[in-house]
Amino acid sequence: MSTEVTTTPPSTELSRTLAACRAEGRAALVGYLPVGYPTVDDSIAAMVALVESGCDVVEVGIPYTDPVLDGPTIQDASVVALAGGVRVADAFRAVRAVAEAGAPAVIMSYYNLVLRHGVDAFAADLAAAGGWGLITPDLIPDEAGAWLAAADQHGLDPIFLVAPSTTEQRMAATTAACRGFVYVTSVMGVTGARTTVGGRAHDTIDRARAATDLPLAVGLGVSTREQAAEVAAYADGVIVGSALVKALGEGEDALRALTRELAAGVREGRRAEHGEGPQA
Amino acid sequence: MSTPVGRFDAFGGRYVPEALIAALEELDEQRQKAWVDPEFVAELDRLQRTYTGRPSIITEAPRFAEHCGGARVILKREDLNHTGSHKINNVLGQALLTRRMGKTRVIAETGAGQHGVATATAAALMGLDCVIYMGKRDTERQALNVARMRLLGAEVIPVEHGSQTLKDAVNEAFRDWVANVETTHYVLGTVTGPHPFPEMVRDFHKIIGEEAREQVQELTGRLPDAVVACVGGGSNAMGIFHAFVPDEGVRLIGLEAGGAGIESGRHAARFATGTPGVLHGAYTYLLQDDDGQTIESHSVSAGLDYPSVGPEHAMLHDSGRAEYRAITDDEAMEAFRLLSRTEGILPAIESAHALAGAMQVGRELGPDAVVLVSLSGRGDKDVHTAGRWFGYLTGEELVEEEKRKAEEHPAQEEGSGW
Repeated sequence: MSTEVTTTPPSTELSRTLAACRAEGRAALVGYLPVGYPTVDDSIAAMVALVESGCDVVEVGIPYTDPVLDGPTIQDASVVALAGGVRVADAFRAVRAVAEAGAPAVIMSYYNLVLRHGVDAFAADLAAAGGWGLITPDLIPDEAGAWLAAADQHGLDPIFLVAPSTTEQRMAATTAACRGFVYVTSVMGVTGARTTVGGRAHDTIDRARAATDLPLAVGLGVSTREQAAEVAAYADGVIVGSALVKALGEGEDALRALTRELAAGVREGRRAEHGEGPQA
Repeated sequence: MSTPVGRFDAFGGRYVPEALIAALEELDEQRQKAWVDPEFVAELDRLQRTYTGRPSIITEAPRFAEHCGGARVILKREDLNHTGSHKINNVLGQALLTRRMGKTRVIAETGAGQHGVATATAAALMGLDCVIYMGKRDTERQALNVARMRLLGAEVIPVEHGSQTLKDAVNEAFRDWVANVETTHYVLGTVTGPHPFPEMVRDFHKIIGEEAREQVQELTGRLPDAVVACVGGGSNAMGIFHAFVPDEGVRLIGLEAGGAGIESGRHAARFATGTPGVLHGAYTYLLQDDDGQTIESHSVSAGLDYPSVGPEHAMLHDSGRAEYRAITDDEAMEAFRLLSRTEGILPAIESAHALAGAMQVGRELGPDAVVLVSLSGRGDKDVHTAGRWFGYLTGEELVEEEKRKAEEHPAQEEGSGW
């Protein structure tokens, strides 16, 4: 058995952003949208709208033909985006637009797109666009030697996922490979709105806390203000994807409205923790 | 961090969501324990003998060989296995492992339906719940195989996302697995995917080559000059190649689907046109565009219609130990016709690619050569396709036949004896 040592993780701009939210007594709102949906220009405008409506961090998703960790909403949006001719380079444009709007941007991408671009070239282009990190849903640190080296080289944060099924040993190793924050998947399953986020998120957060001092952001299943508040009670960041994609499908006004609701939610969770319960 | 596992030189690995890693580690541990457990080995052996019908025989094909430059052509008859192809070797092994892990449900992907039927068969045999994912376009083209799986008690779920074909069925099976991994084992149908699948599936199929190596020596007194097999994901090929890899004098030749021809862009020739990348959990050769998006493959043979290939084949390709060639639809169908007419054996269209390879290789090596062919499956499933290809069946006749059947109540359906 290895002894578990919690080392102080490196402080980066991204981790400081989440820590600042925590200092305000709230969780950060992390919003995901895929570039190219419904068109490249509209998706970039929508990401800027996320920033203007209260998102603290924007995850720029790159549509992929074979997204094994995504549910129907993001799959369908990816099909639309790919049919519209979206390219990997468009994601860097989106990152720049988010950065110029004043929020941290990270990319979320399946690994083959990074590999094909060239791992180092991808990191260089992401950093040049003003991006802060990369979330890799199908890349574990064990396989990430090239990406970790490129992230160091270009000052980017590697963000890996942990899950309810992650063993203690892997929890320690995986969180140690992260910078910025750790992406905690709340449930065993794919992206998409759920009626409940589930007790396993809390349990997984507890196990991650025991392994690292990095901020922890919870993703998968959050779609409403109430759920955002519930998760904000124990997480440092609340990640919302499919619900925002659905709202964008209805139009930018719906997207802005939902983002404001979620931004209110992440501010209510901490009060809930102190017994001022706003939850329905 | 632990070192990467499951590598075939640079290829292979484990490119999947973290949520699946614990299950893959459990699977790896269990299959390694199983291989050295006399009880597991005896049970697998009993099933192979009394259920699958192993060992499968070899058949020399002298009339077909006349079209192969006169070389001796020997067929390894995996088509005679229960369910009609080599696929049963792997599913019985994985179903036994499923029971051993205390899981009660299996899921699988299928394209044409062969692996789905084999998995449904093993699930019925062992009392496991079974869900098969199949691209919606494939379910429409293979209604009979969908019915076959349902007769065996499996639930068949049409996948309506993406290109609605095999690769999307694999994606959907992975999504199901992430959500249900505690009770469910994913019976992946070929030698790709995250470690330990490529190695484990090969090991369940390596009996093909082990048997054939002895059988050919018994028949001819020597090793074959070449072993040829079709390569979709590549499981029958790895199964027959494995025992021959140390035999340096034996050429190993894999035949990919050249579809309508390489220049047409409609094919599944990963080694001829693909580049290394990651798909479905493994680093290997695949059909991809400049951005790394998967390009859809095409072949007259559904079983070879897959944009990626097992990572061990990628290693054998790069090291030069095996060579890979593309066989067009036309060449494969010509070999299908020849074997049917010269030997009275209808091959699966997949296996017909291997036969077309044998015709090329036999002509190159000449009459002194011995060529071993993996006849991986039987052609009964392909009668509609082949009948129409050669003009023995028209679309109108098929529609008329199905219409008449559909109008009759099954209880009233009449044949006329022999």
